[in-house]
Amino acid sequence: MITATVEQKHYLNAEYGLKSWLLTTDHKRIGLLYLGTITFFFLLGGIFATLIRLELLTPPGDLTNSETYNKFFTLHGVIMVFFFLIPSIPATLGNFLIPMMVGARDLAFPKLNLLSWYLLLAGGLLSMWAMFAGGVDTGWTFYTPYSTTYSNTYVIATALGAFIAGFSSILTGLNFIVTIHRMRAPGLTWFRLPLFVWSHYAAALIMVLGTPVLAVTLVLVALERAFRIGIFDPALGGDPVLFQHLFWFYSHPAVYIMVLPGMGVISELVSTFSRRRVFGYGFVAFSSVAIAVYGFLVWGHHMFVSSQSVYASLVFSFLSFFVAIPSAIKVFNWTATLYKGSISYETPMLYAFGFIGLFTMGGLTGLFVATLGVDVHVHDTYFVVAHFHYIMVGGTLMAYLGGLHFWWPKMTGRMYPEGWAKLSALVIFLGFNLTFFPQFLLGYLGMPRRYHAYPDEFQVLHVLSTAGASVLAVGYLIPLVYLVWSLRYGKRATANPFGATGLEWKTSSPPPTYNFDVTPAVTHEAYDYRALAEEETEGVRVG
Amino acid sequence: MDTHALESPALRHHFDTAEQQKDASTLGMWIFLVTEIMFFGGLFAGYTVYRQLYPNVFAAASNELDILLGGVNTAVLIFSSFTMVLAVWSAQTGSRKGLMVNLVLTMLLGLVFLVIKGFEWHHKWVMHEIPGASFHWEGPNPGQAQLFFSLYFAMTGLHALHMVVGIGILSLLLYMAWRGRFSRDYYTPVDTAGLYWHFVDIIWIFLFPLLYLIGRHHHG
Amino acid sequence: MSTTFRLFPQAASTTANSVDALYFFLVAVAAFFSILIFGLIFFFAIRHRRRVAREVPQEVRGGLTLEIIWTVIPFGLVMVMFAWGASVYLEVARPPDNALQAYVVGKQWMWKTQHMEGQREINELHVPVGRPVKLTMTSEDVIHSFYVPDFRVKWDVLPGKYTTVWFHPTRTGKFRLFCAEYCGTKHSGMIGWIHVMEPAAYESWLSGGGASGSLASSGEKLFQDLACGNCHRVDQPGRCPDLTGLFGKPVRLADGRSVVADEAYIRESIVNPGAKITAGFQPIMPTFQGLVTEEGMLQLIEYIKSLSGRPAGAQAPPGTAPAPERQAAGERGPSLPGSAPEKR
Repeated sequence: MITATVEQKHYLNAEYGLKSWLLTTDHKRIGLLYLGTITFFFLLGGIFATLIRLELLTPPGDLTNSETYNKFFTLHGVIMVFFFLIPSIPATLGNFLIPMMVGARDLAFPKLNLLSWYLLLAGGLLSMWAMFAGGVDTGWTFYTPYSTTYSNTYVIATALGAFIAGFSSILTGLNFIVTIHRMRAPGLTWFRLPLFVWSHYAAALIMVLGTPVLAVTLVLVALERAFRIGIFDPALGGDPVLFQHLFWFYSHPAVYIMVLPGMGVISELVSTFSRRRVFGYGFVAFSSVAIAVYGFLVWGHHMFVSSQSVYASLVFSFLSFFVAIPSAIKVFNWTATLYKGSISYETPMLYAFGFIGLFTMGGLTGLFVATLGVDVHVHDTYFVVAHFHYIMVGGTLMAYLGGLHFWWPKMTGRMYPEGWAKLSALVIFLGFNLTFFPQFLLGYLGMPRRYHAYPDEFQVLHVLSTAGASVLAVGYLIPLVYLVWSLRYGKRATANPFGATGLEWKTSSPPPTYNFDVTPAVTHEAYDYRALAEEETEGVRVG
Repeated sequence: MDTHALESPALRHHFDTAEQQKDASTLGMWIFLVTEIMFFGGLFAGYTVYRQLYPNVFAAASNELDILLGGVNTAVLIFSSFTMVLAVWSAQTGSRKGLMVNLVLTMLLGLVFLVIKGFEWHHKWVMHEIPGASFHWEGPNPGQAQLFFSLYFAMTGLHALHMVVGIGILSLLLYMAWRGRFSRDYYTPVDTAGLYWHFVDIIWIFLFPLLYLIGRHHHG
Repeated sequence: MSTTFRLFPQAASTTANSVDALYFFLVAVAAFFSILIFGLIFFFAIRHRRRVAREVPQEVRGGLTLEIIWTVIPFGLVMVMFAWGASVYLEVARPPDNALQAYVVGKQWMWKTQHMEGQREINELHVPVGRPVKLTMTSEDVIHSFYVPDFRVKWDVLPGKYTTVWFHPTRTGKFRLFCAEYCGTKHSGMIGWIHVMEPAAYESWLSGGGASGSLASSGEKLFQDLACGNCHRVDQPGRCPDLTGLFGKPVRLADGRSVVADEAYIRESIVNPGAKITAGFQPIMPTFQGLVTEEGMLQLIEYIKSLSGRPAGAQAPPGTAPAPERQAAGERGPSLPGSAPEKR
């Protein structure tokens, strides 16, 4: 029960009680609050995903009626996008790690940070209220005029929930940008920053620039629905396609809010477990910023068949291909980092391998949908569904789980059980591919998205996909069990169990409330394993 | 070594120096204003699209707005920016009285703006020019005219909301100033609130010509 | 028939062949890079596995040559994709002039189709094999999307707007029609069939009855029922513009602009007459919004097209009308004598 040694003071045992958590301004505790919240939303979204896959096991709509099915996929999308994927890595790992990685005691605005958690919670609760009150059936995309005029469900409450969650995202982004600009430790120049920080900086730019546009768009949807003001109503001279422009102006870059932090995690993992500086550090760093910038110029590629001008489509297709280049640069550089490294296969590295492979496939199939002639056929089919799940689940979620395992010892002071963790990583990888690869074939066959019932000829592939989803569900439940178990029974973690280089590993596990006993001074570049080895052999006290 | 405690009492635990804290607050406010620009930007984009589509109706609907009241309000806001600058300057020079007087003046001017805006809105209500079921428009294309008024109310409403928030912030500053929280060394909140107030004024400087003045060029 | 299990859709139109060729190119590129990356990861992970616990491998800082190579090669490849994709897209987006025409109206949750000859169908469309078919589409309510996978074509169907999609069927049979844009509760029930028939069979199907006169003649009847002819008179073009020979011609507006009288213009002029006033006329026409269904609208349009003197359905694109006709339109067109030279 109680260990013989006197426990060191750290951020977890500095204070006790509910109040010490609900009123905390410690970025690490807020990170854990987020962790709990998004895990809850992930499970909720996962339940809806399970119900969707069960319904699609057979061609007719026999498990639920079509109204219920439409609410299921809408809630799956709304919850997973706004309440899980967008906050996932930035709000948990980013919140926890960015101040430590830059050698600061906290984020620049700790109270704002706490407020942003409450906003996410409030938005989530409002959306959940809408869900229990009767649900919403517009799809997470809220396309007009269906959402504004025709749907009889709780559109305003759900949109308002997403709107409030949006402000959570804006405040997080603002906090990150200011922290990275103004709070870096002495000697920590921009090009000594870990790539995790660079990618979060790029994602924060999108949060700050894109989210307000979504917010005002959702306000207009609510006004249109409540007062019929005509902005998106063709009967009054409004244009429903304007909504699509405004919506995708945010929601395409939002994909990069989800995946850029994941890329940051992968850079840390690949480097640590091959004990190599990330190949082409500068290229990887700038490619994050390039992705963020290009991300704002490609929204029209969601609208190739929407009646937008043919010339607009040509321009948006052309620009969309530019996003492929920085993404390819990252993948090639990670692969090159492995070359002649000293590679070990701890669980986080397995997730990193999985990420690189699946992100590559997701990115390459992105080229299909950016290619105008092919997109006309696969737009709004399961091909698109498969493509974005390869990016968001195969990419972001794999990176999130990899990062969670990697920093788990730092966050909790306990090691996760390696054997179980490796097993679940493998199960998730296999289950994921079995779930989503058949959907590429389904999409090219012509199976449209958001169908409650479907013709018989699609059934074989749907059955495979559902089988994969059940494997995937098992894969997700295993870590849920052993991570909770490890909080109590896991092996105690040392300050730097994986031999990594970042500043966060130079303090104890778990860290003290103000992160560092002494503000660290940085004298060398990121990922300098030689310096780390020298420090260790010289017996310099670490942690 | 630990100079932290020696610095101003307003220095928060996680900053090393007062200068770092001020820099962080100022940068934070600038980034916040960028998000505000994007927020209003969505509405400006919608306005641009529909004005392009329906230039004549927009011009005719714009003629319904009272250019005199709009003009007076513009002057009121510009003058309030001036008093806000004086408030910041008073804070910089450590004049508590000057700070408080100018904050009160700025707030009063903000209130004058809102009252005038209220009269304008009330007039639209009387004229049945509020979008919705009771909307009434004599000229051709009532739907398009309603679009103009939808944008008018959305944009000026959002702007007025920002004014209300701004007055709230200034009241808080007034209270803090009264309690003597500010000094020559610490007046960051006044500085950043000033940035916000100027931003809200600038938004109006764009709204006024876009909404009130277009009909003056067009005789459609 | 496409109800049997398959892993690849049938190619039943000319577009399908173009799209498939491009798709195979993309699959080849994707497969190559996926295998390359997976292969390299496996190879490096095994070859360079950690052998000594605290070993520090030789530092390699990156290489500009490599960075340039893996920037330039992907860039070249994606530019090929862009150009090829754009050429297929332009083919899909631009219907040929000689296409057979038909109309589609989407509504929650069915497809209503109309042929020039007057046949109407629900969730079905019969077309002949071997010639291009162009569909002009609109929606009565929300956004739908007309999608025939075996033809590899899809285009959104919007309320208050006309969009077109075209295809050139290359084989006979039944092909699935889907709604691809989520449109509400029974979205997945908004499906149907395209029947591609031999030309002779198609002709006999057309003459098989059910039709109460051609689309243009239905339009003419509607024109009379709505008393449009009281104002829009050929013999007495005083109060309202004469509609003869109007379609496809430029119309000068009261505010000095000029628009081409296409489907969208006619539709707008019926539901929202004040939007574009022809030069020289007063805005006296009442709106017919809510009085004309979208199908009725298409019939009216077809009637107005037929007034050009050319047979319905073989309308030439705007601007290609023969010169004498254009001249005629200029003389007795929508403008009064005296109002024509008006300049603003």
